[in-house]
Amino acid sequence: MKFGIVVFPGSNCDADCYYALKDVAGQDVEYIWHKETGISGFDALVLPGGFSYGDYLRTGSIARFSPVMPAVVDFAGQGGLVLGICNGFQILLESGLLPGAMLRNRSLRFICDTVSLQVEQSDTPFTNQFAPGEVIQVPIAHGEGNYFCDPATLEELKREGRIIFSYSSADGEVSSAYNPNGSIANIAGIINRPGNVLGMMPHPERCAEAVLGGEDGRRVFASMVHWLQRQGVPA
Amino acid sequence: MLKANVYVTLKPGVLDPQGEAVQKSLHVLGYEAVEEVRIGKFIEVWMQDTDQETATAQLREMSDKLLANPVIEDFRVELAGAERP
Repeated sequence: MKFGIVVFPGSNCDADCYYALKDVAGQDVEYIWHKETGISGFDALVLPGGFSYGDYLRTGSIARFSPVMPAVVDFAGQGGLVLGICNGFQILLESGLLPGAMLRNRSLRFICDTVSLQVEQSDTPFTNQFAPGEVIQVPIAHGEGNYFCDPATLEELKREGRIIFSYSSADGEVSSAYNPNGSIANIAGIINRPGNVLGMMPHPERCAEAVLGGEDGRRVFASMVHWLQRQGVPA
Repeated sequence: MLKANVYVTLKPGVLDPQGEAVQKSLHVLGYEAVEEVRIGKFIEVWMQDTDQETATAQLREMSDKLLANPVIEDFRVELAGAERP
């Protein structure tokens, strides 16, 4: 499978994603510079973490108008898999591919830590290699990961099973006590309605190998590969 | 040149951790009367001269698209005809 990693000025997890996909998952990977307007031949796109455009104005707000973004929106509209990690999630929110917005962490601190996440849905293209309700350990590193949406949107996300990762304790208790940033409903990751665009604040590419302290993140990429390989085949 | 002031503020009910921190700090300074602080953005936009209606419409469009995020923010546009200093 061929993955494209969209690189914006200020992206800084692009090389980590490249490594996780190429060297760990064994896939074809290419960088896509944000000035490109046509993208073709890709099975999936990753919007990596970082500080695109210095986080000026609002996180992701300027990247959202990069020349490459209409092609990313088209790709998503045609059902292509798009994974937004951290700043990539923020860009997906700003571009309207996912609902809601990010606020400054409740603590006002930039948080660099490893957190427990409950995998709420394991029947998605991004989580099919996890057991339902499994608890995984994934690093976070963000100053603005405090997810916000209006009550109607939150209700919709819950009803449609579109909250994919929640902050939890190590044994899977989802509660505000384990919420690092104040995110509404302890949300760490959500998916769009058709189920092909996922945004998550934690960094799966930073825990794709045991030598890096954990392998849980590898299975996000493995899920995408698995899903792409059996696309169209009923579960 | 035409000058516009764009005020971007968080919608009521949207958590403002910065505002809360500043409010606490003001209390530490002894300003006990302060009940709430909300922090927003003030953006100056200088544009080529055009009629007020067009300028306002364009500024509203800019605010809606980029300067503010309608999910969490409100904005207000003020026109102030002025020479660039």
